[in-house]
Amino acid sequence: MKRGSIAIVGAAETTELGRIPGLSQLQLHADAALNGMRDAGISMADIDGVACAGESPTSVAHYLGIQPNWVDSTSVGGCSFMLHVRHAAAAINDGLCNTVLITHGESGRSNVGRSGFRGGGAATLPGQFEAPFGGMGPTTSFTLPFLRYMKETGTTLEQLAMVVVSQRRWAGLNPRATLQEPTTVDEVMNDRMIAYPFTKPECCLVTDGGGALIVVAADRVADFPQSPVYLLGTGESVETPMISQMADFTSSRAFKIASANAFAEAGIQHSEVDHVMIYDAFAHLPFYGLEDMGFCKPGEAGPYIAEGNTSPGGELPVNTNGGGLSYMHSGMYGMYALQESVRQIRGSAAAQVDAADISVCHGVGGMFAASGTIIMGTQETL
Amino acid sequence: MADLSKLSLPVATPETQHFWEGTQEGELRLQKCLSCSDTYFPPRPFCPTCSSQDVEVFTASGRATLYSYIINHRPHPAFDGPYSIAVVELEEGPRMMTNIINTPQQPENLLLDMPLQVVFRKVSEAVALPYFQPAGSAI
Repeated sequence: MKRGSIAIVGAAETTELGRIPGLSQLQLHADAALNGMRDAGISMADIDGVACAGESPTSVAHYLGIQPNWVDSTSVGGCSFMLHVRHAAAAINDGLCNTVLITHGESGRSNVGRSGFRGGGAATLPGQFEAPFGGMGPTTSFTLPFLRYMKETGTTLEQLAMVVVSQRRWAGLNPRATLQEPTTVDEVMNDRMIAYPFTKPECCLVTDGGGALIVVAADRVADFPQSPVYLLGTGESVETPMISQMADFTSSRAFKIASANAFAEAGIQHSEVDHVMIYDAFAHLPFYGLEDMGFCKPGEAGPYIAEGNTSPGGELPVNTNGGGLSYMHSGMYGMYALQESVRQIRGSAAAQVDAADISVCHGVGGMFAASGTIIMGTQETL
Repeated sequence: MADLSKLSLPVATPETQHFWEGTQEGELRLQKCLSCSDTYFPPRPFCPTCSSQDVEVFTASGRATLYSYIINHRPHPAFDGPYSIAVVELEEGPRMMTNIINTPQQPENLLLDMPLQVVFRKVSEAVALPYFQPAGSAI
């Protein structure tokens, strides 16, 4: 993608977040899409490209009454939406479509009409070589590399707990966050054990919700009411569907490749970044994200977060909506990370960062299985 | 009591048949590339390093070290109380998921890099799973 050639001109979440038993998963997509189109000042008839995960673009397009020229059903977990943004940019630049709607909706808490992203059967490789050992989904697989990471880097359980404490400080500034009360390292460490060494507050929330983005060519931004958010750089990769086969338990290959490509495309230095979102399904994800993206050297992310550098008032604001740990997490959280980056660049976030001109939004899919990075900027960064 | 019928049991495919026949016979079978000498897992009829299809199945030593683990505290009908889910590094190089058994399921008994030995357990008529226990334990 040519830097600055594409812009996000519509962005919205579902009207409600949290427990939404009154809406099916498909209607969560629609609620987000309607809000997103209202935000962009357009209607269904203006959309000619649809991308989504969790539901098929066929279901979403038909339900919304859209007849698309282009669809993308990339479904690699919670970062799928980062990949949709990247793919939409390529499609628009190639003339395949003009106005792309990307939707997410997930009845993760209430399970109303839920379909979509699930593990495979007993004859798949994960089904044969991981499932027999009693895994219970993300809590037992996403967490598995961390003891090795601790041993290799010297990172402590107190530093892990500080990720929760730090993000709760941001959530306390956000009226839409699920958990807003401040917490402490002691409280986090003494909470109920889920999968040693991870306690409950170190595992993400399970909620309902959705979000939508509208993506167009940058030369059209004057036609839309919101201040435009430009794409500066994009990247994606995948590694393995099995956590046991992740090449290095202290570092994600997919994180490194996705972020390196995004930074190269954006042509920026880390020191120019004003705001960072790192998909935090569990509290160790920001360590891997900061290190694999190059904000911290290997092993330095734990102390960096514990010293308050990513908290409100710190030099590098991270997960300013409260993150998957405190804001919300429906199952495929990447959409909410993208929404917060858009809000920060627009200057409309609940916990707005001063002079946020460049935001790095980094997603994970599956359990370190996939990754997508989107770097956004204001008009001034072009 | 733990109900082994609640385990999610593997269903072999043509490419993995040798592995699951091996566990039934008390053997941990890996594959090795005869072209570049890479030893790899999980099974496939070609080398993931050099793409050669000139590969062989061999029986591994069963020796391994503890690479990483968690202790699951949420109840699972096939397990009694908290249980470890681990990734072990086999002596031959590849890593695999397993449970560490025949030792208390506590961090002080599960030390990273501790030596382990494979032990097979029949969990149904048709399936034996490869577990690992501290090296030197009586089976």
